[in-house]
Amino acid sequence: MRLQLSPELEAFREEMRTFFTTQVPQHIRDSVAARRHVSKEHYVETQRVLHAAGLAVPHWPVEWGGRDWTPLQRHIWREEMQLACVPEPLAFNASMIGPVIAAFGDQEQKERFLPGTANLDIWWCQGFSEPDAGSDLASLRTAAVRDGDDWVVNGQKTWTTLGQHADWIFCLVRTDPTAEKKQRGISLLVFPMDSPGVTLRPIELIDGSFEVNEVFFEDVRVPAENLIGEENRGWDYAKFLLGNERVGIARVGSTKRLLAQAKEHAREITADGRPLSEDPRMAARIAEVENELLALELTALRVVANSADGKPHPASSVLKLRGSELQQAATELIVDIAGPLSLASSAGEGSDVPDWARVATPEYLNHRKVSIYGGSNEVQRTIIAGSILGL
Amino acid sequence: MDFDFDSEQNDLREAVRGLLTRVYGDSESRRRVTTAEPGFDDKTWSRLAEMGILGLPFAEEDGGMGAGPVEVAVVAEEIGCVLAPEPFVEAVVLAGGLVAARGSAAQRSELLGALAEGSLLPAFAHAEPGTRWTASAAAVTATPDGDGWSLTGVKEPVPHGARADVLLVSAVVEGGTGLFLVRGDAAGLTRTGYRTHDGGRAASVRFAGTPAEALGEGGDATAAIERALAEARIAYGHEAIGAMDTALRTTAAYLKTRKQFGVPLSKFQALTFRAADMYVSLELARSVALWASMVADAGGDVVSAADRSRLQVSRASRHVGKEAIQLHGGIGVTAEYSIGHYTSRLTAIDHVLGDGDWALSRLAERVSDHETVDPLGAPYAG
Repeated sequence: MRLQLSPELEAFREEMRTFFTTQVPQHIRDSVAARRHVSKEHYVETQRVLHAAGLAVPHWPVEWGGRDWTPLQRHIWREEMQLACVPEPLAFNASMIGPVIAAFGDQEQKERFLPGTANLDIWWCQGFSEPDAGSDLASLRTAAVRDGDDWVVNGQKTWTTLGQHADWIFCLVRTDPTAEKKQRGISLLVFPMDSPGVTLRPIELIDGSFEVNEVFFEDVRVPAENLIGEENRGWDYAKFLLGNERVGIARVGSTKRLLAQAKEHAREITADGRPLSEDPRMAARIAEVENELLALELTALRVVANSADGKPHPASSVLKLRGSELQQAATELIVDIAGPLSLASSAGEGSDVPDWARVATPEYLNHRKVSIYGGSNEVQRTIIAGSILGL
Repeated sequence: MDFDFDSEQNDLREAVRGLLTRVYGDSESRRRVTTAEPGFDDKTWSRLAEMGILGLPFAEEDGGMGAGPVEVAVVAEEIGCVLAPEPFVEAVVLAGGLVAARGSAAQRSELLGALAEGSLLPAFAHAEPGTRWTASAAAVTATPDGDGWSLTGVKEPVPHGARADVLLVSAVVEGGTGLFLVRGDAAGLTRTGYRTHDGGRAASVRFAGTPAEALGEGGDATAAIERALAEARIAYGHEAIGAMDTALRTTAAYLKTRKQFGVPLSKFQALTFRAADMYVSLELARSVALWASMVADAGGDVVSAADRSRLQVSRASRHVGKEAIQLHGGIGVTAEYSIGHYTSRLTAIDHVLGDGDWALSRLAERVSDHETVDPLGAPYAG
């Protein structure tokens, strides 16, 4: 048991901090700090800066740009990135399809896709959920039928995040409708979003943003070489993909930043003749979220410091559940600090409401998603009850 | 940074667990021991002394083992796992800790040596009726009397105050709060002991011109008291983690075996989800408890770390303790079944040195002093 980082890790942390705060363009980090919309160009520019320095895909195999870091180093890398308001490498590329292709793709697929995936030359999107297959993903119905050298895909995906920017999609499709277990008849196909027969329809979210989409497939012809791994093994790859970087999903650094902003805003608002930050109830609420975030961060550290042997630490299942709740608690806190100013979400020029208060409620509403995606919190509770408590 | 126990610490855990499980593995034997006086088992206390546990954190020249906060944490957690009633945190960490911090060489050698051997039980007489959880004294006063001092006033509740061979007493002196030693057979000392709801013991202790000896150099000891209380809060945090761990495991086992409507209770998602939430509370609290001991070990800000541990452990203790009973149903509130005793002990720990809201108030007062909390940096890394 030892609290301090080793001198090597201290130096590593400093190196990360320095890089992120000096090499990633300030205007991009400012826009993340202000919680403004991050554009496609900003994502691409940032990921290329990171990749040039070997910091976009450190968790990949070394020959494809990985760094062979320990889980603790990866944790520090991610935390420092979030604290510095750096847009993270696109998850669909860096955490999802990249590691799957690196682990299960053939050599030709690796050479064809991995360099562009790491550098964000290819923007990937995820074709997993369907209207009738949400938490119960394995009941998906989008079908691929073999026809000569092609697969012919028909069906519909939904919740496809940032699909409007995507060049390619990785898609779970049913290739054996007769399989005894529904998990057994699923394969993983990749194809360009401009393939004939692909139609994308944006879904407007409750905060007015356009992040997710429905994607329709009508007789989309996908060459057989675009099957990743083995036919009917897609469920295994999906589980691998979703289990990848479970620790990162706690988003501690990002919530820390939100909480620091909440404190700052509470000083700017006057309530009953004094700064809101001096109101004992508000101070206690901030202090309690701060302590819970500390508990989450320490749990993440326990997990990464311990997972060197490859087995997931049982406490890792806490991270998604509590991480999402605390992201939500922080966004809710900022809405409450804004108070009546939080109504001015659509105010334009000529309004005196500060930017942070304008984005507060849309962000709060948007963040309801975080306890739903990536395995809803109810799915997480099922996992804890089943695999940890044996219930 | 490393959250793993080393092999010596694991050996220590195994040894303590072995002893305590033999004595208290069956909850009925704990009931027997806590029903009789002095509320703990003298033989087990002697065994702990033989194993070096009662001198664990003290310097070797004072008769101790020279171990650190992490070893203390290991023992406290094992105490909590079986609700062992032996007053390890009360006597060793808190009362002994004050002697170690403030006592003269002669006092340290006499008191800590005897405590380590199991022949002397010290208790810290600090709480006063009508006040709560402060580091200073208000109602008990000390006045110079010849070569020594004389104390007047009432301390209550004093954990193990009736059985204690020597009392460490906080009392008002000029310029603050001083610490004094009062022998159990001192004149003008009246002690009325009673059982606490968790099977422990406490006492009302009255001083009427009672002769006392200053601890160490005397003078204001508020900072030393604050620090000793912080170390005890951290150790109690581990005792609570041990108790919660057993409470959760007992509850999960019960859900698998108890049948209603023809099926085990574990078939009801309304129950299993609540058990999952108990696990979340426990693991988050465990992380902070471990961290607080690492902060103490590293020489960081132990008072702040203790407040953070206290808040997290308090919230978790209430959650886990209440749900453990509810998920059991009626049997959970019976004295003959173990689970309710866990909740009772968790409730006692929660109130003895400051509850979660109390810790939160202290943290809230300082929340604007920092932008973010870095658990590996200042002021915690030492």
